Amino acid sequence: MSTSTFQPGALPRAALRAEDVAAAAPMPDILPPVKARRGFLGFLRRNPTIAVGGGLMLLIILMAVLAPLLWTVDPTALAPARRTREPSALYWFGTDMLGRDVYSRVLHGARVSLIVGFAVAFFSSVIGLAIGLTSGFIRWADAIIMRIMDGLMSIPSILLAIALMALTRGSVGNVILAITIAEVPRVSRLVRGVVLSLREQPYVDAAVASGTSTPRIIVRHILPNTLAPLTVQATYICASAMIAESILSFIGAGTPPIIPSWGNIMAEGRALWQVKPYIVFFPAIFLSLTVLAVNLLGDGLRDWLDPRMAKKV
Amino acid sequence: MLAYTLRRIVATIPVMAVVALFVFSLLYISPGDPAAVIAGDQATPADVERIRASLGLDRPYLVRFAEWAWNIMRGDLGTSIFTNLPVSTMIQQRIQPTLSLMVITLILAICIAVPMGVVAAWKQGTWIDRLVMGFAVLGFSVPVFVVGYLLAYVFALELDWLPVQGYTPFERGFWPWLQNLILPSVALGGVYIALIARITRATMLEVLQQDYIRTARAKGVAQPGILFLHALKNAAVPIVTVIGIGVALLIGGAVVTESVFAIPGLGRLTVDAILRRDYPVIQGVILLFSFTYVLVNLVIDLLYTLFDPRIRY
Repeated sequence: MSTSTFQPGALPRAALRAEDVAAAAPMPDILPPVKARRGFLGFLRRNPTIAVGGGLMLLIILMAVLAPLLWTVDPTALAPARRTREPSALYWFGTDMLGRDVYSRVLHGARVSLIVGFAVAFFSSVIGLAIGLTSGFIRWADAIIMRIMDGLMSIPSILLAIALMALTRGSVGNVILAITIAEVPRVSRLVRGVVLSLREQPYVDAAVASGTSTPRIIVRHILPNTLAPLTVQATYICASAMIAESILSFIGAGTPPIIPSWGNIMAEGRALWQVKPYIVFFPAIFLSLTVLAVNLLGDGLRDWLDPRMAKKV
Repeated sequence: MLAYTLRRIVATIPVMAVVALFVFSLLYISPGDPAAVIAGDQATPADVERIRASLGLDRPYLVRFAEWAWNIMRGDLGTSIFTNLPVSTMIQQRIQPTLSLMVITLILAICIAVPMGVVAAWKQGTWIDRLVMGFAVLGFSVPVFVVGYLLAYVFALELDWLPVQGYTPFERGFWPWLQNLILPSVALGGVYIALIARITRATMLEVLQQDYIRTARAKGVAQPGILFLHALKNAAVPIVTVIGIGVALLIGGAVVTESVFAIPGLGRLTVDAILRRDYPVIQGVILLFSFTYVLVNLVIDLLYTLFDPRIRY
């Protein structure tokens, strides 16, 4: 029977008159309206990981910026008479073996970690993006660049940073430079991978066919699509850069000892940690919390920017 | 297969060459006069000249590199500026503790992380899954020395179950040797466990959706059989790959762990070398670690066919 076969093209359109549509009874309210919260608060509610990570991050940034106002004293002021005092109402986190206030040092130390974390994330993203785009688009450069990146990646990144620091005088700038060099290969690989897969997309072919210039293709079609994975990668780099800075300072190859960074405070507390563990533990807790905040932010961003990945990793 | 093996082995040569060239060139591309930096602030001009000569900085770059590379291929890593001992001898003296630490951590991490990831994938969405994933985020966020100090404080100082610090050579018995390595391996294993557990869970989730898993279930295979025989076997390749990549974390972490637990290994040697700016030693250790890393990943690449017979070259 030909009438039983459903044929979309053969629908009796003429039968559907305007009056019928207008007269149709309103849909019964079976489903309650979906409460899609809009705006910033709704976004946070839908992405609790970003909310928690971002909130914690904001607190730590505020703490670092406002450190001088948060009842701290000069973090480098020596007071031999008040050495190694236990935490008390007067010295919240106690004092170290030179009588310096650990609370003030920890709060000021946040600045070093945040500066290093953000700077490394920014510089390695920019440099990695440039290298990744180059090697994704210029065939002959690709082979050379990727061999160099493979070589650099086979040096464990913290060792690479150690080698670089061993030859320079310790300074925050050199720490940033050393960790950035160690992180760039990973970013370039990521960007190159994204570029290579985007180049196969039909819309890029279409752009090529319609005579769009290569720089324009890069800026209009490739670059915007690399930003999401790059942002996620940048947060993870920020987290690992903070850990790397503390490791470098802890083993004496990082921030100069005069600057209170979390790694330095721990390095100085190391000799006494069995009797005065709090000198090591307070910076350790703050470092862990900060890295945790950045990692949560990264996980949240990843799930938000790439929902297909959310359920998996 | 033989052709692939040979090609794969040959492919590591340029990678190792880049590593060697980079580690060597650091001396030349570092800002300022490396001989002066290595000699330190209290050095006399004669000291600086002596170091310059011993590093070969007074001779042409390419000549020096050829000489250095030739020596390395013969197993001569140069001479320490500080102790005047051959670097290879110094490495030999320190290799046992580091190797022990890494092997125990590797075994421990695999034994803990793989079942963790499998169970998390099996119980996806339950509190067990969330617990495992939460642990993974913590593992990524809490730096190795923080875990180290915490473990040492609780299990060695407070509970007095295990030694606080130090290392007992294997020759003095299995238990004394193991006793000293338990806390360091747990501390070092944290990130590694988090990494492996995450990948195991992600891969298992994918594999558990396959048709052959449904078939196994339909024919009545018990749950553990499905998980560990049918699914895990098919998830092996990504897991093994990440275990290989994670060796870089072990190497970087060993440097710090050995400092925290006063283990006289290669990590400790690196840290001492940095403090003395003993560059030949730093070079030697980094080369050794990087070559090990490249070799481990080469072996894993070659073992893929063993884990997954479907892979053919």
